[in-house]
Amino acid sequence: MKFVDIIRTAIANSFRSKLRTGLTVIAIFIGAFTLTITSGIGTGVTSYINSQVSAIGAADVLTVTKADDGATAGDGPAPYDPEKATAISLGNGSRPGSTIQALTDDDLDTIEATSGILGVDPSVQVTPDYIVYDVSGKFELTVNAAATLTTADLASGEQLDNESATDQILLPTTYLDPLGFSTPESAIGQTVTIGIADFAGTQQQVPATIVGVQNETILGAGAGLNQPLTDRLRAVELSGTPAEAPQSYATATARFDLDASDEEITAIKADLADQGYASQTVADQIGSFETVINVIIGVLNAFAVIALIAAGFGIINTLLMSVQERTREIGLMKAMGMNGGRVYALFSTEAVFIGFLGSALGALVAVAVGSVVSNILATTVFENLPGLQVVQFAPSSIAVIIGIVMLIAFLAGTLPARAAARQNPIDALRYE
Amino acid sequence: MTVPVLSAQNIGKSYGSGANRFDALKGVSVDIRAGESVAIVGKSGSGKSTLMHLLALLDDPDSGALLVEGTDAKKLKGKEVNRLRNQDFGFVFQQFFLTANASVLENVVLPLKIAGVDPKERKARGMEALEQLELADKAKSKAMNLSGGQKQRAVIARALVNNPKVIFADEPTGNLDTATGAVVEDILFSLNKDKGITLIIVTHDIDLAARCDRQIFIRDGLEDVTRSPEAIAKPAGAHS
Ligand SMILES: Nc1ncnc2c1ncn2[C@@H]1O[C@H](COP(=O)(O)OP(=O)(O)O)[C@@H](O)[C@H]1O
Ligand SMILES: [Mg+2]
Repeated sequence: MKFVDIIRTAIANSFRSKLRTGLTVIAIFIGAFTLTITSGIGTGVTSYINSQVSAIGAADVLTVTKADDGATAGDGPAPYDPEKATAISLGNGSRPGSTIQALTDDDLDTIEATSGILGVDPSVQVTPDYIVYDVSGKFELTVNAAATLTTADLASGEQLDNESATDQILLPTTYLDPLGFSTPESAIGQTVTIGIADFAGTQQQVPATIVGVQNETILGAGAGLNQPLTDRLRAVELSGTPAEAPQSYATATARFDLDASDEEITAIKADLADQGYASQTVADQIGSFETVINVIIGVLNAFAVIALIAAGFGIINTLLMSVQERTREIGLMKAMGMNGGRVYALFSTEAVFIGFLGSALGALVAVAVGSVVSNILATTVFENLPGLQVVQFAPSSIAVIIGIVMLIAFLAGTLPARAAARQNPIDALRYE
Repeated sequence: MTVPVLSAQNIGKSYGSGANRFDALKGVSVDIRAGESVAIVGKSGSGKSTLMHLLALLDDPDSGALLVEGTDAKKLKGKEVNRLRNQDFGFVFQQFFLTANASVLENVVLPLKIAGVDPKERKARGMEALEQLELADKAKSKAMNLSGGQKQRAVIARALVNNPKVIFADEPTGNLDTATGAVVEDILFSLNKDKGITLIIVTHDIDLAARCDRQIFIRDGLEDVTRSPEAIAKPAGAHS
């Protein structure tokens, strides 16, 4: 029997008992549908995260903090050490009220002396009071301390430039309306005024130029400031500070060689850890976020695979029944010179076809439903996260899913197909 | 003399094992020559079908030897056996074994499909076989919509379609009324006469057996050399 005839015959056979095939197809459909949706969510969320941070400029930067010295609540308070800097509250992005041990200038020197570290800058967290443009009225201003570490997902304008002589600010899209800008483009190049209090509590005003408008991001909301603007605001905050007050910082950014290999980066981090500092690359920070999402998707996928395995037994059952039903037909074909291998191929093809039918339908419906739901969510729940399509479908992963389901179907079909191939024509043709 | 197409040499066949062992055939020798028509006759359960299946290479004998044109069937490869079944042999069974909801033509060309013949040629040869049996007008009908006689003619068309050398028919008229049975008989014998196809017919119909060139009487798994006609008679209450 020719290959095409085997395929045609197998397809025709699977449609012979429509109800049975239909039920098996539904079982596979459910598994394939779930798998396609979960993989779609995976693709959607990952691609959103990537669009947020893919163009990470600062691949050569470690965020360094003082490592937790292990004094947990259960152990009681750690003994007082006058040499140690006091705890400092972390800025936005951290658990409210959480504190870490602050870094001192001595710490910065130690970090800089670590081999592989090219330079270190304390991360300065400034807390301006308000922002105002023209006659817009004053609005609270949240600063995203990580802004210069990542490349922003721009709606308009340019990235922040730390080397620039001008004081630059990067505004999130959510600030446009309150400040009175109708479009992102109209904000570029305009000068806003930032109000900030000095040490004595007196408010002072600092002008800044809008260089870019950024889509709302999941990695810390707020406006980005370039280094000169941060420095200027910091200077205002510190003006009037008693000279002997020690400087302390929550975190520091340490730069290493951009060409450093993963092993070298690991070595630097280990070296810092030995000296009592915790350090993370930007990739580490994003990685831990992605890990959580991957775990969730993994769990969902596991359920889908369980559904598919159950469907596999459905295939075994369906085919065993049709082998039994078609005993005589198989016997007749063998009596007419069809070899066992072809009989095997015929039944396996039928299994694979049923698998294909279920998975293709499942994937197709999943794409349709997923796209509609995703579009609705994008304009409602996720309105504030422009560009987030929760469910996105990659043709390659859909092909992989259909392929996997067909493989499962094939494996499920081996048992019935073998039973069919081994059938003796005489036993099959007995008519008593 | 030429080599027989098929030669059974003291072949035996048992079913089951241990206490359930049943010797269906206890040593039968037959030579079938090209072009002749042979009837295998005997009571129901005497082992006729078993003998026919062994001759048709559908089963292996437990003892004795079967020669196909002089070659021991045991020495034939699986592929060669399949070729013989497909191209040299045609089968007509007591039951039709037609796929009910496939068309008559599709049923008839099954051996060609198995042989890997192109669809176009399949159709041409299938129609040719159907024309010979005056069934061409039913080619597109579903097999289940045929009458008994038409079904048996479709089955003969299927047996013929690959131009076999030998046609094996197991009680070909058993399921048909007398008139239709006579038509089917005529078709089979005309194939034997006109085309020289060797005919091996299993039957317990004495009249059908008498039309054959030769009769082999089987009784309890052995050849009945007395050739007693009552051995053929249908036992009361027997189904076939
Ligand atoms: N597969 C089988 N298992 C057990 N016994 C069988 C089997 N096939 C046939 N027999 C027995 O072998 C004997 C001969 O059967 P068969 O050749 O079909 O007889 P016939 O065709 O003459 O009616 C019968 O008694 C039948 O019951
Ligand atoms: Mg019989």
